[in-house]
Amino acid sequence: MLAQLAVTDDEVAGWTDELNKILAYAEQVGEVAAEDVSPTTHPYPLDNVFRPDEPGPVLDRDVLLAGGPETTDDRFVVPRIVAEE
Amino acid sequence: MRSLVTATATELARRLDAGEVAAREVIDAHLDRIAAVDDSVGAFLEVTADHARARADEIDSRRAAGDDVPATAGVPIAIKDLFCTTGIPTTAASRILAGWRPPYDATVVRKIADAGLVMVGKANMDEFAMGSSTENSAYQPTRNPWNLDRVPGGSSGGSVAAVAGLMAPLAVGTDTGGSIRQPAALTGTVGLKPTYGRVSRYGIVAFASSLDQAGPIARTVEDTALLHQVISGHDPLDSTSIPEPVGDVMARLRDGVDGMRIGVVNELSGEGYEVGVSARFDESLRRFESLGATIVEASLPHAPYGLPAYYLVAPSEASSNLARYDGTLFGIRVDGETSAEMSANTRAAGFGVEVKRRIMIGTYALSAGYFDAYYQQASRVRTLILRDFERAFADVDVLVSPTSPTVAFPLGDKTADPLAMYLNDVATVPASLAGIPALSLPNGVDEAGLPTGLQIMAPTLREDLALRVAWAFEQDLGFSPIPVGHNTVAVP
Repeated sequence: MLAQLAVTDDEVAGWTDELNKILAYAEQVGEVAAEDVSPTTHPYPLDNVFRPDEPGPVLDRDVLLAGGPETTDDRFVVPRIVAEE
Repeated sequence: MRSLVTATATELARRLDAGEVAAREVIDAHLDRIAAVDDSVGAFLEVTADHARARADEIDSRRAAGDDVPATAGVPIAIKDLFCTTGIPTTAASRILAGWRPPYDATVVRKIADAGLVMVGKANMDEFAMGSSTENSAYQPTRNPWNLDRVPGGSSGGSVAAVAGLMAPLAVGTDTGGSIRQPAALTGTVGLKPTYGRVSRYGIVAFASSLDQAGPIARTVEDTALLHQVISGHDPLDSTSIPEPVGDVMARLRDGVDGMRIGVVNELSGEGYEVGVSARFDESLRRFESLGATIVEASLPHAPYGLPAYYLVAPSEASSNLARYDGTLFGIRVDGETSAEMSANTRAAGFGVEVKRRIMIGTYALSAGYFDAYYQQASRVRTLILRDFERAFADVDVLVSPTSPTVAFPLGDKTADPLAMYLNDVATVPASLAGIPALSLPNGVDEAGLPTGLQIMAPTLREDLALRVAWAFEQDLGFSPIPVGHNTVAVP
């Protein structure tokens, strides 16, 4: 559900074993690195990066909308967000 | 004098700048070459012939008019289909982006255009750069110009095949866990993954944002350095871009390795590496000694944990980055009753199996209850690997290993076993996790005539050092990067 992927029962059957194998392999990371080791999520330390808050050129709305599969009245169209009661 | 398609970018730039050849001639020669061989290689998803000819004519007119034109103007380049190119289809080799034409250029693409390099096409790749053989492209496989029954490596397989197949002297790729270096090794080309943040990520379709790094591919170290100089540098549009100046990477390129200390990474050789790969690697160490360097043993004790950590970090970040492909803003859409259904249907139809696999691993590794054991723990391993490199570089100038445990393998050989495919990255992943620059260059061929690769890893920001070591090695080895032997593409 989190992955937002529609899957068939056949796919689930095939993937269960495969993904378990991959996760079992990846679980090796649990063998090292105690909790006192701080995690690295970015290899090159940079502090907050700021820029002057000045208006600059932006892309036209039409240009951006052109990439969408369905648009109308200057907006992207999506099916309703919430299911009916 | 070499033909236009076997010439290096440096030679072409000299001849173009001297007026000995027109940009249009250079471009036409490469487009002819593509037309002649790419049906068998499959390096390109899109050949941008009209764009290339128009650019070449414009460059020739400007040169004729005496305008100030960069020497490199008119040199052809292949661009991995992960880079946004205004108005030209950019798919990341995925069905989900079929037909999408970006409204802007990646910074790398803009810098390439500013240098007058002419894009001849968008290169094939593993879908969203996930793979090590280019067989995960949703559109076509790419074949290795050294043996058409074999893969070119991946994910930048189209980029390296274009260069090895003489369809362009230069290409840009991206490297998240080895996607420039491993395919370079498998195709006898040179590929550099710069320091994380050296090359702007702006306009590159994101895979794993803390690892993704664009870099140059060429047939010689000098050409690789030339392209690195063009594409690297600070970019205010990428907040992770490194502000330190790049400097002139060509200045000390020819200074040699005499007196250097070169560390052999114990954990990245030996068992699991093919005989031909190991033999060429051992010879390479003796070659460095003959050039005046001292070979010393080095250790990255946590390197064996690099691959498992990578296959948690990269899928986690990918699952987040790929959430944007939901059938709303770009690409294809498969309808559904609700927005959530539409998204799930679109993603089911638009993503290939490896991409789905990684999204599922990533969402799982990031989910509440598993985050600490997986993503967080992998990030701790990353710290340990960084520390390993710091310790090693205190004693040596650069570290070396084979780039890939194998030479190019047959198509279909590893597609059924994801873990076997992942093991291709075992030697390249540590440098990715640490963010340091690493380069692959050819160090010979195995008994079957297939190229092997030597990896050179340098401290943060020291691409110049990796290139210098590689140049000295390349000059002494005298390897010809033009494919020869059975079942190769014909050389003009």
